[in-house]
Amino acid sequence: MSTSPKITVATTWLDGCSGCHMSFLDMDERLIELVQQVDIVYSPLVDTKTLPDHVDVGILEGSISSEDDLEKAHAFRKHCKILVSLGDCAVNGNVPAMRNHFKLADVVNHAYRDTVAVQPQTPTRGVPALLSVVKPIHGVVGVDVFVPGCPPSADAIWYVLSELIAGRTPDPSSVTRFGA
Amino acid sequence: MPPPAKQPNVRVVTLTIDGRDLSAREDETIIEVCRENQIPIPSLCYLEGLSVWGACRLCLVELAGQGRLLAACSTRVTEGMQIQTNTEKLQRYRRTIVELLFAERNHVCSVCVSNGHCELQYMAQKCGVDHVRVPYRQASYPVDSSHEMFRLDHDRCILCTRCVRVCDEIEGAHTWDVMGRGTECRVITDMAQPWGESDTCTSCGKCVQVCPTGALVKQGTSVGEMVKDQHFLPILARRRHAQ
Repeated sequence: MSTSPKITVATTWLDGCSGCHMSFLDMDERLIELVQQVDIVYSPLVDTKTLPDHVDVGILEGSISSEDDLEKAHAFRKHCKILVSLGDCAVNGNVPAMRNHFKLADVVNHAYRDTVAVQPQTPTRGVPALLSVVKPIHGVVGVDVFVPGCPPSADAIWYVLSELIAGRTPDPSSVTRFGA
Repeated sequence: MPPPAKQPNVRVVTLTIDGRDLSAREDETIIEVCRENQIPIPSLCYLEGLSVWGACRLCLVELAGQGRLLAACSTRVTEGMQIQTNTEKLQRYRRTIVELLFAERNHVCSVCVSNGHCELQYMAQKCGVDHVRVPYRQASYPVDSSHEMFRLDHDRCILCTRCVRVCDEIEGAHTWDVMGRGTECRVITDMAQPWGESDTCTSCGKCVQVCPTGALVKQGTSVGEMVKDQHFLPILARRRHAQ
């Protein structure tokens, strides 16, 4: 953990619904208190385009579903001291992983061809290739803190961040669970 | 097999559980003595009023002088037993058992009708399972919605066989049974026919109420709506066994 008064935090959103980031914002007035203790250096919530080289806490929402997700997860692991897996998609695959029951080609065809009436076509430009199997974050990189929940409550996120800021290891099981 | 009726003249034994000196009837099991004395022991397949199955192994306890762990539900107390119910080793084993249950089938809690009312989900939180360390199997299992009142989702079944036992021992219909081995193992109705076509099912719903997860649920329930009521079971079991 950084010895500077503020710690740096980076977050990103992989294959998920962004509900965990919404829950993060649900901290409401506590965000003001949080801003005095953390610098959000990279996130869908801020405008920075590149992940800094050294980040104290990295928070990943969503599961590993595409080449892009995979790259981001590796980058976060490489540049973040502590990596947090936030929410059920990140922790166990959750809803995105329900496509693992089917062949990838069938899933893509169903989404872009079978159920489309006008100009059915599979997008290939500007979108990352999907992986055949959706995995939780710890299925591809090491994770330090797991925060289950769909989404984890603002209280749970607040608790986890407060503990990390204080230099302690949080026990998210005391405040959240799968499907919470 | 239904639980044997208690014998009128049995000896009382003394034993220690977690360092507490206790006495119990010698025809009692460790889990019964623990429950009587408010000593928490996790379990999924054990349910008061049904016969003992010993499948989930969550109620494992350590016994002084024994190298292996024993299932509290299927071990009778004996004189001088020294039992530990919550050692680090047991916590580690229980956590692993719950993780394996999650990895075997597709328990997606967030879209489950039993979300918030599920014994497996509760057990995961209780045992500190915040993630599953083994790869998920990602196998496909079917859903049987053929019954007009109830639904069976094999993805959420943990094979505790509570449904099999309550149907046989309390309702007396024996609609439920188990077929297949290993990961192919699954609960079935009659001769593996769709539940809605069962000749023996009385639609009493006891199986649905005793199911610890979202495997057996009422039709028409949405996420988090399926709340189960098991209060009837000990009452019916006592009346059954008194006959």
